Amino acid sequence: MRFGFVFSEIAQGLRRNVSMVISVVLVTFVSLTFVGTASLLQLQIGQMKTYWYDKAQVAVYLCSSVSPPTICPQGEAGAEVKARVAERLSSTTLKPYVATFYFENHKQAYDKFQEQFKGNSVAKFVTAEQLNETYWIKLNNPQDSTIITESFSGLSGVEEVRDQRSYLDQIFAILNAASLAAIGIAVLMLISAALLISTTIRLSAFSRRRELAIMRLVGASNFYIQLPFILEGVVAATIGSVLAGATVLLIVQFFVQGYLTTALPFTSFVGLADGLLVVPILIVAGIVLASIASGLAIRRYLKI
Amino acid sequence: MISIASVTKKYKGTANPALDNVSLEIEKGEFVFLVGTSGSGKSSLMRLMLREDVPTSGSVHVLGENLVSISSRRVPYFRRKLGVVFQDFRLLPNKTAFENVAFSLEVIGKSQGFIETAVPDVLRLVGLAEKMDRLPTQLSGGEQQRVALARAIVNKPAVLLADEPTGNLDEATSDGIMALIERINLAGTTVVMATHDRKIVDRLQKRVVEISDGRIVRDQVGGSYQQAANEQNRAVGDSK
Repeated sequence: MRFGFVFSEIAQGLRRNVSMVISVVLVTFVSLTFVGTASLLQLQIGQMKTYWYDKAQVAVYLCSSVSPPTICPQGEAGAEVKARVAERLSSTTLKPYVATFYFENHKQAYDKFQEQFKGNSVAKFVTAEQLNETYWIKLNNPQDSTIITESFSGLSGVEEVRDQRSYLDQIFAILNAASLAAIGIAVLMLISAALLISTTIRLSAFSRRRELAIMRLVGASNFYIQLPFILEGVVAATIGSVLAGATVLLIVQFFVQGYLTTALPFTSFVGLADGLLVVPILIVAGIVLASIASGLAIRRYLKI
Repeated sequence: MISIASVTKKYKGTANPALDNVSLEIEKGEFVFLVGTSGSGKSSLMRLMLREDVPTSGSVHVLGENLVSISSRRVPYFRRKLGVVFQDFRLLPNKTAFENVAFSLEVIGKSQGFIETAVPDVLRLVGLAEKMDRLPTQLSGGEQQRVALARAIVNKPAVLLADEPTGNLDEATSDGIMALIERINLAGTTVVMATHDRKIVDRLQKRVVEISDGRIVRDQVGGSYQQAANEQNRAVGDSK
């Protein structure tokens, strides 16, 4: 095996089809960037789930003076309702599931509301009486929220039991859909990358048909004939995937760590370590894709 | 050396077979002319010997390889034992005479050292020692065919297949090429040459295999291009 010869063949092939090679580089670059971003988004979703699910609590909203009469016919929940809820939360049946719970009265609810909606006009109109008094319950295992829901729903004086995770699940569903869409686009682009690679190989083989005919005639082995073509596709795709990897790292460093962490300070975001986890996957994916596409193309266009 | 037995070759979409029950034995060191009109089946036969094609039925053995059952992985190694030249030379236009010959050795993985001694040797043998660095466009037709011959024999093949090697050359140049091919044959290489060139066949008086409509109609040692009237009775199978 003469490596110098193989390399000069590859260099020649790359030079001869420079525009096709650039398009292969760009398509693999863009498609793998999509793959990388989608995987980072998945990692981000996973990270946010552990973070937020951990913080999520179950709220037992007690009837207030403005609760709908169909649910709260007796109006504002009295002291006996609060006592019953607190007693049930401390009972032996629920105790094993509940980590902590605390009561939030109208005043506290109002203060929290004012803080959350600072500057929003709704803050001016709301009064303390309109906001429910609430038992906030932190569970040992957030998955057990149905036990609380079942124990308190329908209890007279309780307007609603709500697991905060249900709000989070909606957000995660949207993020998930976004990452699936990115993966969908990536798959389409990877298909076009594979087709482009095979077209490039075909052009390359066509422009070298005299050499190929002579190589076959004098008995160059199939491997020797095919290797420069396969490597040509692999080199182009590797450049594309390295660019994609670098872009993913730049996104993590400058957009996520540089911008998002300051814009949304209370959220934990993916870091460079996660990015570095994704990069080798992208490069391997690019190389595998290119080898398969070139290999198939060669088999079709280079009959020995 | 070359053994073709009951070979029939049909191409898709044609009514008559290109080769129809052809059998032929060629011994080591022989010089055989394949003659016949265009489309008679000469080229199909050459393609089978090169394993560019496989027969529809029958068997082809060349240099101890069964070319019907040989795996495609082994085909290149088989072809290294053959040399081939064509009417149209098939040189690479962007490579010099030296590089054209060297290319055929590079692609079968020969060392640089071997190439640097073998290529000048063989170019000297074909009479191109002074013109090694010329591009094919700077060489005459005869010189280009010499380069092609040098490429065919540089790896010391046991068999040389020549498909109309003088087809594009004038008479004087053809004679030079034939002298070279005869020398190659005398050095022990089996030569199978398809040709239309009546004068060459008549002058050399070698074994002549005539093909017509895909059948061997004459196989004659010391024959001429056309069968003489008084030789009508010496037909197929009565050879050597």
